[in-house]
Amino acid sequence: MFRNQYDNDVTVWSPQGRIHQIEYAMEAVKQGSATVGLKSRTHAVLVALKRAASELSAHQKKILPIDNHVGVSIAGLTADARLLSKYLRTECLNSKYAYDSPMPISRLVSMIGNKSQIPTQRYGRRPYGVGLLVAGYDDQGPHIYQTCPSANYFDCKAMAIGARSQSARTYLEKHLDTFLDCSVEELVKHGLRALRDTLPTDGELTIKNCSLAIVGKDHEFTNYEDEDVQKFLDLIEGEERSSHAAAAADDDAAMEDDAPAPADPAVGGPEAEPRPMDQ
Amino acid sequence: MIPTFGQNATATPKQAHFNPYSFNGGSIMAIAGDDFAVVASDTRLSEGFSIHSRNAPKTYKLTDKTVLASAGFHGDVLTEIKVLEARLKMYEHEHGKKMSSQAIAAMLATILYHKRFFPYYVYNIIGGLDEEGKGCVYSYDPVGSYEREVYRAGGSAGPLLQPLLDNQIGFKNQQGVEKVSLSKDKAIKLIKDIFISAAERDIYTGDSLHLKVVTKEGVSEETFPLRRD
Amino acid sequence: MVTGTSVLGVKFDGGIIIAADTLGSYGSLARFRDCPRVMKVNECSVLGAGGDYADYQHLKAMIEQKVLDEDNLNDGFNYTPKSLFNWLTRIMYHKRSNFNPLWNTLVIGGLQDGEPYLGYIDKLGVAYTNDTVATGFGSYLAAPMLRDGLEKNPKMTEADAKQLIDRALRVLFYRDARSWNRYQLAIVTKDGVRIEGPLSSKTDWSVAHVAKGIQ
Repeated sequence: MFRNQYDNDVTVWSPQGRIHQIEYAMEAVKQGSATVGLKSRTHAVLVALKRAASELSAHQKKILPIDNHVGVSIAGLTADARLLSKYLRTECLNSKYAYDSPMPISRLVSMIGNKSQIPTQRYGRRPYGVGLLVAGYDDQGPHIYQTCPSANYFDCKAMAIGARSQSARTYLEKHLDTFLDCSVEELVKHGLRALRDTLPTDGELTIKNCSLAIVGKDHEFTNYEDEDVQKFLDLIEGEERSSHAAAAADDDAAMEDDAPAPADPAVGGPEAEPRPMDQ
Repeated sequence: MIPTFGQNATATPKQAHFNPYSFNGGSIMAIAGDDFAVVASDTRLSEGFSIHSRNAPKTYKLTDKTVLASAGFHGDVLTEIKVLEARLKMYEHEHGKKMSSQAIAAMLATILYHKRFFPYYVYNIIGGLDEEGKGCVYSYDPVGSYEREVYRAGGSAGPLLQPLLDNQIGFKNQQGVEKVSLSKDKAIKLIKDIFISAAERDIYTGDSLHLKVVTKEGVSEETFPLRRD
Repeated sequence: MVTGTSVLGVKFDGGIIIAADTLGSYGSLARFRDCPRVMKVNECSVLGAGGDYADYQHLKAMIEQKVLDEDNLNDGFNYTPKSLFNWLTRIMYHKRSNFNPLWNTLVIGGLQDGEPYLGYIDKLGVAYTNDTVATGFGSYLAAPMLRDGLEKNPKMTEADAKQLIDRALRVLFYRDARSWNRYQLAIVTKDGVRIEGPLSSKTDWSVAHVAKGIQ
């Protein structure tokens, strides 16, 4: 059953200097569907691909508003994300109550970092199985942060996490220099194109599987779902997908499962069926 | 009392009494129409014979459909508003929509009653639109007893103003009059007149009148000068 | 209990001034003559306090620790006058709710997003912001002078504001038996915070001999 003798508990080092349990938790993020975040000089945008656990169920929410100036999109265990977002909301409310001022995004993210670190070092606990993209706007401008189950967090110009997200990152890297001076509309288009590149060849973005959020200067965090997404999808309607993006995405998916730890027989091959708890 | 030798037997240690409340005055009012509500307050903040501020409105916009007016002990007013705003946000997160006027009204009653034995010394009146888009007014006592009404005056000149509203809007003590529904302009005119009168008699009311008018388009504001002495 | 008397504050074009004398009274005894009652909080906020001096010193230590902690985060965010004002309001209200108040009246000032900011908080958690502020005895004698001064000269310069404050403090020194003609100013402008003084008003007692039989 075990991959090796050093991955039983989060408190045990492997002789290679790795903590396998944390690395497995990092893998959980890749089981969730992809989400993309990017920012200009004035705005930050989140786009996310939603999955339905079955034909009978609705698509799971991917973007969660935290406060008027910040929100997150999630990849990984939804239940863990709920816990973290509740924590973030409470902290934002406390900041409003005590200081009458919105919580700085950098502080909010460092609080997730501190909270996430604890179960990476305690016997009998497990790390959070969710990665977040945090999009917010404060006195220092718009922000995109990425947080990990390993309790690492990164201040990003743009980022994509979740299943087959390497293709989105490839797209983002290619266009990175243009984001800063983008209009909101341009930013959304880049976000949607990046997200589209994570889809398999026959997939497409629809109002059902795609949600989007914008925050920025004089623009409260606003989440768009269902019909409200149509006008954004129309912006990239009919555009060719980046050449070989889909093929690359398929390759990436294969690569991702090669990742640090040896393949988990329980998880299956590159095209593993998503579990209901991963979104 | 007869003092025993060498000391005053009745003398006990005395502690200066600390009064956790103060009265900061202010008058508030709300009137509901068919498709609007007007919420009004003066802008004077006083304590004793001093005026702290001439520009402190006591109306608080809670949502696009609900406005609260609060007067009494200003420390409690500030706290109560903060608690309400936090609770409003929590509701929004949990339910994915804004709180309705009725729901806010019910919640405020529980917030007030939770401090039944150390009350918020605050007189509250809510004005807004209900879920059918009709104007609504809710009035409270400091410990959370509340009811829905059409009009209500509260705060320091509340008892002075209420009979006037009874007469002019409720048509009380009038005979042979046609009970027409109140227009927005008439309501605003009436409120201005009433506050001018209140400022004549009540030292805790004056400086300015602040109006918040709730319609389906949202909340608009208006300010009107009152006597400043 | 050592106490301080009035604190005054006024906005001017591009900043604010807070003023308080340096007397620490012990009942009716003028016990300490060098008690500073205004403090710099950070590069954009100042605070002045009247009432119990021990409580003020406690509050000062608390604020200084908080500002230090926040500086150590080194994330480019600082307390603003508004956030400080709100936090102190919560502290004062919380303490009064536990029947253990900090026996002070506070004046908070500074620049909030480049705009002058001036606020008042008392021991009960009553708080408001205003263009002029005067606590204690000053609310009777100085407040009308400050309001009048600002109404007649809404675009007051820093020098005008200093002169106005000096006049108000002089009247307080004439009439408030717990006051003292030695005061400090805390001034906030876009160039930062300055604590000036101790300064003294130029007094005129030439009419004093006329005041007879009005004990």
